[in-house]
Amino acid sequence: MSPTALQISGLDKNFGALQVARHIDFELQRGARHALIGPNGAGKTTFLNLITGVLRPSAGRIQLLGSDITDMGQSKRSRLGLARTFQINQLFKGLSVLDNVCLAIAERTGVARSLLAPFGRHQRVIDEAMHLLQMLRLDGDAMQLVNQLPYGQQRLVEIVIALGQNPQVLLLDEPAAGVPSAESQLILEVMDSLSDDIAILIIEHDMEIVFRFAKRITVMLAGAILTEGTPDEIAADDRVRAIYLGDFQRGHLA
Amino acid sequence: MRWTQNNQHPSRRHRWHPAEALPWVIAVGAYFALPNYLAFGTQILITIIFAISLDLILGYAGIITLGHAAYFGTGAYAAGMLSAHLGWNEPITGLVLAGTAAAVVGWISGLVLLRYRGLTLIMLTLTTAILLYELANTLENITGGFDGLLGIQISPLLGRFENDLWGHTYYWYSLTVLFIVFLAARRVVFSPFGRSLIGIRDNVHRMHAIGTPVRRRLVTIYTISAGVAGIAGGLFAQSNAFVTLDVLGFVRSGTILVILILGGTGRLYGAFVGTVVYMVVEDELTKLSPEFWEFGVGLVLVLVVLFARRGLLGLMADINERMHKVWS
Repeated sequence: MSPTALQISGLDKNFGALQVARHIDFELQRGARHALIGPNGAGKTTFLNLITGVLRPSAGRIQLLGSDITDMGQSKRSRLGLARTFQINQLFKGLSVLDNVCLAIAERTGVARSLLAPFGRHQRVIDEAMHLLQMLRLDGDAMQLVNQLPYGQQRLVEIVIALGQNPQVLLLDEPAAGVPSAESQLILEVMDSLSDDIAILIIEHDMEIVFRFAKRITVMLAGAILTEGTPDEIAADDRVRAIYLGDFQRGHLA
Repeated sequence: MRWTQNNQHPSRRHRWHPAEALPWVIAVGAYFALPNYLAFGTQILITIIFAISLDLILGYAGIITLGHAAYFGTGAYAAGMLSAHLGWNEPITGLVLAGTAAAVVGWISGLVLLRYRGLTLIMLTLTTAILLYELANTLENITGGFDGLLGIQISPLLGRFENDLWGHTYYWYSLTVLFIVFLAARRVVFSPFGRSLIGIRDNVHRMHAIGTPVRRRLVTIYTISAGVAGIAGGLFAQSNAFVTLDVLGFVRSGTILVILILGGTGRLYGAFVGTVVYMVVEDELTKLSPEFWEFGVGLVLVLVVLFARRGLLGLMADINERMHKVWS
């Protein structure tokens, strides 16, 4: 088994003359707790889109758990164990919370290919979905339509769907942005409770969350990686301080 | 009609609701109550099958098409030519072959069409139907071209029941086929596969992200839908013993879309309600005013689009919900 969950080498992405990813080399270890930070427009979400296959790179290779996925479509990558959440909710708005999660679990388990027996006969899918919803304290709202939930809880559904994919590599794009503090604490707890086999990469602006959660931090700036290191190394880095001055002092260094 | 709604628990959603017996009770009742309208009734039943086929792709998977007559017509010509040229007059196998032919055409065209979405897809479905129409028009020696396909002679059903002038046989034949098609369609939409189609309709981006092979799913339901449309077309050819180019025409594609939107998409029963209302209104208005009936149909449609966006069944569901709120 390959020791690295994600291995990215020489990744470039150009939109015409605009370079949104510049020669990115990046490694995510199995079981990693890794954060990706950087100012707005640094290219963090673009980087995630390149990893998941929403965008195709102009150059470079991407390996997931030892196999080259550079030319694979999104859905194939996710069937290999890659899951993500979105910065802007991508939910099944017209469906219930339970149905949202069931879709992901049915897909992962192969149940979704079945044409004959009604969905309701696949009790294991429904049970697993309820179990995940309990973890995020959404079980009471299982039958609510997603678009009737408060925003903070919709962000939790965003995460439950990704967990339903039972990923090896989980990419979280600002999971706590705009979420009330009670829910963001819950998100942290859930992330802590996930198995050590899962590699997690989180994009986050809230430095409190970043420094509490991450064992390694990568800093992006203008489409390139500025530096990478342990939280202490990053906190001591002058260039990073220069970018983040205000936030940093409140968050961790103060 | 609460059972179609998405806030039902997945483990109960597929269960039968007593109200679901209603269309069948009405259909059987109509046979005895309206013996002079059986030929018209048969056309209604066939159109319901066609509308169900459209609901599978439009209502469930969100595939918008202006060319669904392509598959209805393929089925009609397949059933007709089997009899007229090959002397294959046995109706049931003929119908199965008609459905198969349409499914094959649906599968091949779907592989290309479903690479596209939105306006591009609408235009391409439209052109697919036009291409088939012109193909049938050109191949005069086997399709009869503009004059229509003559010489269709269907054997008695099950070797016993002749198609009589009053249409008793074909009413029961069509009703049975409708029932089988409906049961199959109901299975499909409540299956995990059917739920994944709803996921694709609701948010295709997330479906890609959770690992759904989106295009393969769409091609699968498109093929099934084309097959069902072909069965409707085959029944149409057998019951009329005549096929003309308009089975492939734009008017047929447009009308079935209007019928389904009128009844309500994504609930299967919209096909029943839409077809009956549309065809009865059309029939009555034609009697009232042979020149002016289209104005009346247009008016009904404008009212539906303005006041019942989700079709007549959507309107009923809304009213039902309000009543519940008032009472509780």
